[in-house]
Amino acid sequence: MNWRHFVAAALLLTACSPPVPHNTGVYLLVDTSGSYNRQVSKAEQIILFALSRLQPLDSFAVARIDTASFTEKNIIAKATFDDRPSTANQQKRAFASRVEKFVDETRPAPYTDITGGLLQAIEFLNEKKTGRKEILIFSDMKEELAKGYVRNIPLDFKGFEVVALNVTKLRSDNFDPREYLSRLEAWRARVEKGGGRWRVINDLDRLDGLL
Amino acid sequence: MLMTNLLTITPWPALSAAILLVLLIAALYLARHTAHQAIHAVTSALARGFRLASHSVAHAEERLAARNREVLLAAGRDAKERMVEREFARVADTARKDLANYPDMHRRLSEAILRIEEDQEKAVEVPPEAPGWAKAVAVIANLDARNAGADILADIHKSMVKAHGEAMDDYRKASGERHALLRKMMPDWRMIQETLVRVNKSVASVIERALVIDRHMQEYETIVRGEDRALSVLSSSSLVNFFVSMLVLAVATAGAAINFTLIARPMAEMVGGTSFIGMFRTADIAALVIIMVEISMGLFLMESLRITRLFPVIGALSDKMRVRMIGITFVILLLMASIEAGLAYMREVLLQDELATTALLRGENAGVLVNGHLWITTMAQMGMGFILPFALVFAAIPLETFVHSLRTVVGLTGIGVLRALALLLRVLGNGLRHFGTLAERIYDLPLFVPLWIEARIAAAAQSAHAVQPSIEDESLQKVRS
Repeated sequence: MNWRHFVAAALLLTACSPPVPHNTGVYLLVDTSGSYNRQVSKAEQIILFALSRLQPLDSFAVARIDTASFTEKNIIAKATFDDRPSTANQQKRAFASRVEKFVDETRPAPYTDITGGLLQAIEFLNEKKTGRKEILIFSDMKEELAKGYVRNIPLDFKGFEVVALNVTKLRSDNFDPREYLSRLEAWRARVEKGGGRWRVINDLDRLDGLL
Repeated sequence: MLMTNLLTITPWPALSAAILLVLLIAALYLARHTAHQAIHAVTSALARGFRLASHSVAHAEERLAARNREVLLAAGRDAKERMVEREFARVADTARKDLANYPDMHRRLSEAILRIEEDQEKAVEVPPEAPGWAKAVAVIANLDARNAGADILADIHKSMVKAHGEAMDDYRKASGERHALLRKMMPDWRMIQETLVRVNKSVASVIERALVIDRHMQEYETIVRGEDRALSVLSSSSLVNFFVSMLVLAVATAGAAINFTLIARPMAEMVGGTSFIGMFRTADIAALVIIMVEISMGLFLMESLRITRLFPVIGALSDKMRVRMIGITFVILLLMASIEAGLAYMREVLLQDELATTALLRGENAGVLVNGHLWITTMAQMGMGFILPFALVFAAIPLETFVHSLRTVVGLTGIGVLRALALLLRVLGNGLRHFGTLAERIYDLPLFVPLWIEARIAAAAQSAHAVQPSIEDESLQKVRS
C-alpha cells in the first residue's frame, strides 16, 4: 500500500463520513402553574431573546408546563428556521406573534408536571437531530403531580444542556431556604445522572451567556 | 562515581589525581600525531565540501543570471517590437488617411490655381488712353484770338471735360470689375492655404512618428546587441513596473473585496446561509466565484481587444472570431454587472428586513428605523455593484505587467540569494580550515610540558649532531698527517 493508496483511502473516508450538524435546538418549557403564572410575561422576554440569537436551520419550540406536560398539545409554537435568512426572519416574526397570543390567553394550571415536559423536550430535540441541544425551563422547579401520573423514570440527558431560568423562591422557601437549595440540588443531580449539564440563571438581565 | 573510584587507586587522592593526570598527558602525547591527522582530515574534508558547494552555488547563480538576462532581453525586445509596430500602424493610418484624399486634393488645388490664373489675367489693369487733344489745343492757342480761337478752345474744353468724365467712368467700372475678380480669388487662396496647412500637419506628424520610431529602433538595436546599458535600463524598468503594478493590483483587490461584501449576504438567499464547503460558507464561495468569473471575463475581453497578451491562443484568433469573443465576453460582463446590481439591491432589502425583525424582537417600534434618504444608499450600492465588474476588467493590464515583471524580480532575488549563499559557504569553508589549525593548537595546550621536553631533546640532539662532524674532521686530519 503506497502513499497514493493511502491518500485515496483517506479522501474516501472523509467523503463518506456523515456531515456534523452545526445547528442548535432549543426547547423552552414555561411553567403555567398557579403560583408561577404571573411570571409568564417574563418568559416572553426570554423567547424574544432566543429568537434574536437563533440562526437559519436552528430549531425552536416553546411548550407549557401544566398538569400533563408529556404531550404535543402543550407545544405553543415550534419552528425550524429556513436556510434563507429572509424566510427565517418571517418565521421569527410569526413565532413571536404566536407567543404574544399565548401570553395574553394563558390560564393557570393546577399541577406542575416538569418531568413530562422534559421528556417531551428530549423527544423533540432528538428527532430534530440538532448539533447542540438546549432545554430551558422557566419555572420555580417545584414539581406537583396529579394523582395517577407516573414520572419516577430515568431521563437520558446525554448531549443536552438544561438551564433553569428565573427559579423564584416560594413562600415556604423563605421559611426554610434548605428546601429551595435541596430542590435545585435534586434537579442538578437528576440531570447530571442522566448525562446532561445543568445551569441556573436567575438574573434575566444577564442572558448573554445563554445560546 | 567513576571519578571517585579512580581517585582511590592510591590511599591519597591528590597523588591519585596527579598519577591520572600524568597518564592522561602521556596518552594524549602518544596519540598527538594521530589526533592532529584526524582533526586535519575532518576539517579539510568539510572545508573542501563547503568550497565545492560554494562553487556549485556560484555556478548556478551565473546560469540564473544568464537566464535572467535572456528573459529580460527577450521581454525588452518584445516590448520594443510592439511599440515600433504600433508607431508604424499610426504612420500607416496617417498616410492612408491623407493619401486617400490626395487625388481629390490635387485636383482641387489645380482647379483653384487655374481659376486664380484666369482671374489674374482678367484683372490686369489697362491704363487709360492718353487724351489726343493736347497738340490741337496748343495749335489753336497760337492762333489769333480774332479767328474765333477762344470759342474753339471752349468747345475743346467742353469736349475734354466730357471725355474725361467718360474715361473716369470707364476706369472706375474696370477697376470695380478687377476688384470683384480679386475678391473672387480669396476663397481659392484660403482653400489652398488650408489644404497646405493640413498637408504640413500630416507631414509633421509623420516626421514626429519617424523620430519616435528611430529612437525605438536605436533602443531595439542596443537590446539586440545585448549591451549592458540596455540590460540595466530594462532591469530597473522591470522593477518599477513590478512595484507599480503590485500597487494597482492591491487597489483592484480592495475593489474586489468591496464587491464581495456587496454580494455575499444576498448570495445566502440563493445558496443558503448555513451550508459549508470545508471551512467556508457556500454563500461566500459563490460570491467569490462570481467575482472570479467577472475578472476572467475581463481578462478575455482585454485579450480579445489585444490590449493584453497573456493568452497567445486568443491573440492568434482570426479577427472575425475575436470580434465575436469581444461581443460574447462583453455581454456576459454586462449580465454579471446587472446581476450584481440586483444583488446589491437585495442586500439592502435584506438588511432592512433583518433590522425590522431585530427591532420587533427587542420590542422596539420598527417604523422608527425607516429613513427617508435610504434610497441614496440603495442607489449607491446598486451603482457600485454595476460599475465594479467593469472597473475590474482593467485589472488585466497591471496583472499582465505584474506577471511579466515578476519573472525578472524573482530572477534578481534568486541571484541575490544564491550570491549570499555562495559567500556564506565560502566563508564557512575557510573558517573550518582555520578552525582545524586552532583545534590542533588547543589539543597541544595541555601537552606543553612533554612538548617542551621534546623540543629541548631535539635541540640537544641537533647540537650534538652539529659537534660530531667537527670531531670526525679533526681525527681525519690527524690520520692524514
